[in-house]
Amino acid sequence: MPARARPLSPHLQVYRWQISNTLSILHRLTGVALSIGLVGLVAWFIAVAGGAQDYAALMRLYGGAFGWLIAMALVFAFFYHLLNGVRHLAWDVGFGFERRDRHASGWLVVAGALVLTAIALVLAAHFGGSSHG
Amino acid sequence: MDESPRVGMRSPLGRVTGLGSAKDGTGHWWAQRLSALALVPLASWLLISILTLPNLGYAAVHDWLSRPLEGFLAALCTGTLTYHSYLGTTVVVEDYVHGRAAKLLSLIGLKFMHVLVGGAGIFAILRLTMGTLVS
Repeated sequence: MPARARPLSPHLQVYRWQISNTLSILHRLTGVALSIGLVGLVAWFIAVAGGAQDYAALMRLYGGAFGWLIAMALVFAFFYHLLNGVRHLAWDVGFGFERRDRHASGWLVVAGALVLTAIALVLAAHFGGSSHG
Repeated sequence: MDESPRVGMRSPLGRVTGLGSAKDGTGHWWAQRLSALALVPLASWLLISILTLPNLGYAAVHDWLSRPLEGFLAALCTGTLTYHSYLGTTVVVEDYVHGRAAKLLSLIGLKFMHVLVGGAGIFAILRLTMGTLVS
């Protein structure tokens, strides 16, 4: 039998961009970003265990403006991944599958992540005073 | 029907019998969900703890991480985060890295990296908590 072209699932290039697939891809992207962030967190723990000198050396990298920007981006990624993860867990037990619910929970996740990131910024400023200590 | 070359004289049924489900097809799925569930409180605790530290100077962070309960929770969280990260990034590599060699090497690399990161993180925290016991 000659090889016949099999039907393909909708390709990315012709797939209409919408909130569902955007949030799905964002979940993976934030997950990968947080995995890289985990390496940074562990490096931070190692520096604390290594003593004041090691810690100061690492904080020169983390404490700068660029480090702060990355940290805040990771905080947003964390809250997004957390809230959207809970959204996924709700689906897993059978809640929120209707189109309206899916879209509402999607926007709720985005808004929630932004609000929580803002609260985290305020908390860090209020308690930390400065990121350098 | 698929015209794949027949090797030997076994029937199509004979060839697939025993090659089916390894009976743990949902194992990865479950592990990802359970670790996610555990991380909802654990990772939230870790982030809030760090955000509410008086400052991020050495003394404040050292004191915090050296306390038994905080050290224990941070180690637990590091282990669970590493496991969850391993499960997630593995799926990403399986989906997007093509080619047998590249995929296999990436998956092995991911496994080694995660054991290294998780082990190093937990070891560092244990040094802090145990250190306060010994000295």
